[in-house]
Amino acid sequence: MIRALALFVAIFVTALTTATLPVLAQDNKELVTSFTLDNGMQVIVVEDHRAPVLQHMIWYRTGSADEPRGVSGVAHFLEHLLFKATDTMEAGELSATVAANGGRDNAFTSYDYTAYFQRVAADRLELMMRMESDRMVNIRLTQDNIKTERDVILEERNTRTENSPRALFNEQMNAIQYFNHRYGVPVIGWKHEMVTLDLEDALSFYRTYYAPNNAVLVVSGDVDPKEVHALAQTYYGVIPANPDLPERARSQEPPQTAARRMTYRDARVAQPYVSRSYLAPERNSGEQEKAAALFLLAEILGGGTTSFLTEKMQFETQIAVYTGVFYSGQSLDQTTFDMIVVPAEGVTLQEAEDAMDAALVAFVQGGVDPDQLDRIKMQLRASQIYARDNVDGIANRYGRALTTGLTIADVQAWPDVLQAVTGDDIIAAARDVLRPETSVTGWLMRDEGENQ
Amino acid sequence: MRALIAAMAALVLAFPAAGEVRIKEVVSPMGITAWLVEDHSIPFTALELRFRGGTSLDAPGKRGAIHLMTGLLEEGAADLEARPYARELEALAASFGYDSSSDSMSISARFLSENRDQALVLLRNTIHHPRFDPEAIERVRGQVLSGLKSNARDPDEIARATFRRLAFGEHPYGSDGAGTVESVSALGRDDIVAAHAAVFARDRLYVGAVGDITADELGVMIDALLGDLPDTGAPFPGPAEVTLTGGVTVVEFDTPQSVAVFGQRGIERDDPDFFAAYVLNQILGGGSFESRLMNEVREKRGLTYGVYSYLSPRDLAATYRGGVSSANDRIAEAIRVIGDEWTKMAETGVTRKEMDAAKTYLTGAFPLRFDGNGRIAKIMVGMQMQGLAIDYIATRNGKVEAVTLEDVNRVAAELLDPKGLRFVVVGKPEGLE
Repeated sequence: MIRALALFVAIFVTALTTATLPVLAQDNKELVTSFTLDNGMQVIVVEDHRAPVLQHMIWYRTGSADEPRGVSGVAHFLEHLLFKATDTMEAGELSATVAANGGRDNAFTSYDYTAYFQRVAADRLELMMRMESDRMVNIRLTQDNIKTERDVILEERNTRTENSPRALFNEQMNAIQYFNHRYGVPVIGWKHEMVTLDLEDALSFYRTYYAPNNAVLVVSGDVDPKEVHALAQTYYGVIPANPDLPERARSQEPPQTAARRMTYRDARVAQPYVSRSYLAPERNSGEQEKAAALFLLAEILGGGTTSFLTEKMQFETQIAVYTGVFYSGQSLDQTTFDMIVVPAEGVTLQEAEDAMDAALVAFVQGGVDPDQLDRIKMQLRASQIYARDNVDGIANRYGRALTTGLTIADVQAWPDVLQAVTGDDIIAAARDVLRPETSVTGWLMRDEGENQ
Repeated sequence: MRALIAAMAALVLAFPAAGEVRIKEVVSPMGITAWLVEDHSIPFTALELRFRGGTSLDAPGKRGAIHLMTGLLEEGAADLEARPYARELEALAASFGYDSSSDSMSISARFLSENRDQALVLLRNTIHHPRFDPEAIERVRGQVLSGLKSNARDPDEIARATFRRLAFGEHPYGSDGAGTVESVSALGRDDIVAAHAAVFARDRLYVGAVGDITADELGVMIDALLGDLPDTGAPFPGPAEVTLTGGVTVVEFDTPQSVAVFGQRGIERDDPDFFAAYVLNQILGGGSFESRLMNEVREKRGLTYGVYSYLSPRDLAATYRGGVSSANDRIAEAIRVIGDEWTKMAETGVTRKEMDAAKTYLTGAFPLRFDGNGRIAKIMVGMQMQGLAIDYIATRNGKVEAVTLEDVNRVAAELLDPKGLRFVVVGKPEGLE
């Protein structure tokens, strides 16, 4: 089974502090331009003129991990509430206007960012900016909004989490992985806190974090950077920066010194499995080498049919029906390196876990297959070509990077950093991160009492 | 996320801004037709191959054979077993995706210009000489069985399966194309080989290509890939009778939120009233925040995170379907509101303002579908399968614009059947029998 590698793209970016001409990327028809408005708002433009379409996104450098204690879910709740009334728009008017212009809009919240976007015809950019800049500072909420929309997010939690034993299991895994950092609290919120969220919780979060100096504007598609700059100045440039914007200093995890284990049982589980996570360093500005080694480690261990765990557990032995390894590296604070093993029929979770651990030991002892590493690097280079077919994807990558502590230069350097990783780097990263005493292991089980 | 993107099934209505996509019809030297959009700006090509019939071609008693065969296509071909095959594909940085649905089996390929010929050799072997090694069959069978067991305890899947059975009975549309634990367990290698012969034939083939390739190159390529396929495969099943009746079916399942799917008879894609129905659905429950269902069930009452409806005109039957999820103590109210909206729409139709807004949305959203080579290749193949003209893209918005208020309201009265609307609810709903 083939899984696609995450896509990465080398892009040449011109930094503009005022409107100047963009520079064409070498041997590359896509175009990335960036500049910063006087109020501190950063702007990224990614050009693609093949179709008369654009995507307009605002990324706030705030997410659920920036919430105060006791109001988990408020970042996401506020995201919903931003579709209600403002000083100049009625509730729902923004979405209705986007739709009436043939566009689509939505928003999403994560631990480190909250983003709002519209996809519309290329000549509607000004309208999008007028509405998006309006709700950056002008929302007007009522008690009715709060009550109804809180019911909606509770149903959202039902859909995403309460109805899914795997989601409930992951929530518990995260909670025991992070003792001291807010990454241990679900983005959607703990239910008992969600039911208490009120108007003042939402407004307080809004007033603290929604400001141009805490936002990144990312526009992609059939657009002219000069025009984007002029419009951004008109609509976003006039909004004053928030001088009291708090620093993003969250409580960090202490070093993990003992292995942690958990069993979650649920009658709805049909397919039990073993999940494992380790605390792992994330990509940091100017310092992405270790994350790059971990990224490649995940590919080598779990990236499809030719990966090490698949080889050991699905080909050489038939212990598993599925193995997966996950590491993204894109987070503001310390992230995790994760794997799961779904045992074959008749294999116990203990057997599956033991086989996984034996495979990890064998991998570290045996070293990296240089041919496999070459193939992965070839795919990463090719992914830079394929990625040009999806400029919105490139735009999203910048938005995520710039809200998780990285810079434009880091994004551009990443493909080269990946290509420079050696087999020894990967083994060193594995030795460093995949230590039994710093592991968290979870078993998702049927609620039937037996060990399978 | 503010809203889940609802699975808006089957309907490939085509795409972009009038005249922006220049589709060329290519007929290969051996007589295979393909649609091509040439675009040399990025050095790769997306190729979409689709074979009509899909899992509905399963032989009697062999449910799941075509689905399992599809899963085995990436497990080795010609002299390359699964792992060497995968390594070769990785070294070329090409990707071949395989999928089977109730109407078609598809191959979605993309490959770089710099090693196109090597990638095509691999793809040709995959189509003509898949190995179906016994070890691979057992490995993939294990994955399919694991998935089937998970589906049996997933409320969404239970709801879909129940609805399917009520709607189509014994017709292939009435059961899961992946098969059952029993049927998949019983499949032998002969059945997989037979499934391959059932699917891969020229009389049911549709081809679309987008990217860095000329018409001449494409003609040569598709002959090499597909010219040697047999003329015909398994016979197509006849149309499915939609056997839905009105009412609520409850499937007891211990979970906090009830999942409901609903539906009634639908409208065929080639019906002269299809566009009127399409506009109608956009207003009733189409995938935006502006629909009546979204407004009544979510925005006003907070009863759900998402509610939607969609037309599902498949090759062998048409239904009109939707879905909603609400906590067990609120699902009854959600269903009541949806039923009321269904009735209200049938009886009083839409306003001109609603219709105009829906048309503006539908025509304006059309070019947004044109985003990427692979996406366009898929859309072109969908157009061919639906028998649409090659200039459809330029004429499609005109068809939406031509719909009148009278059309929409006549179709609302004719199509919407509140008494024939069936809800399937999975959960522990309160106040429903």
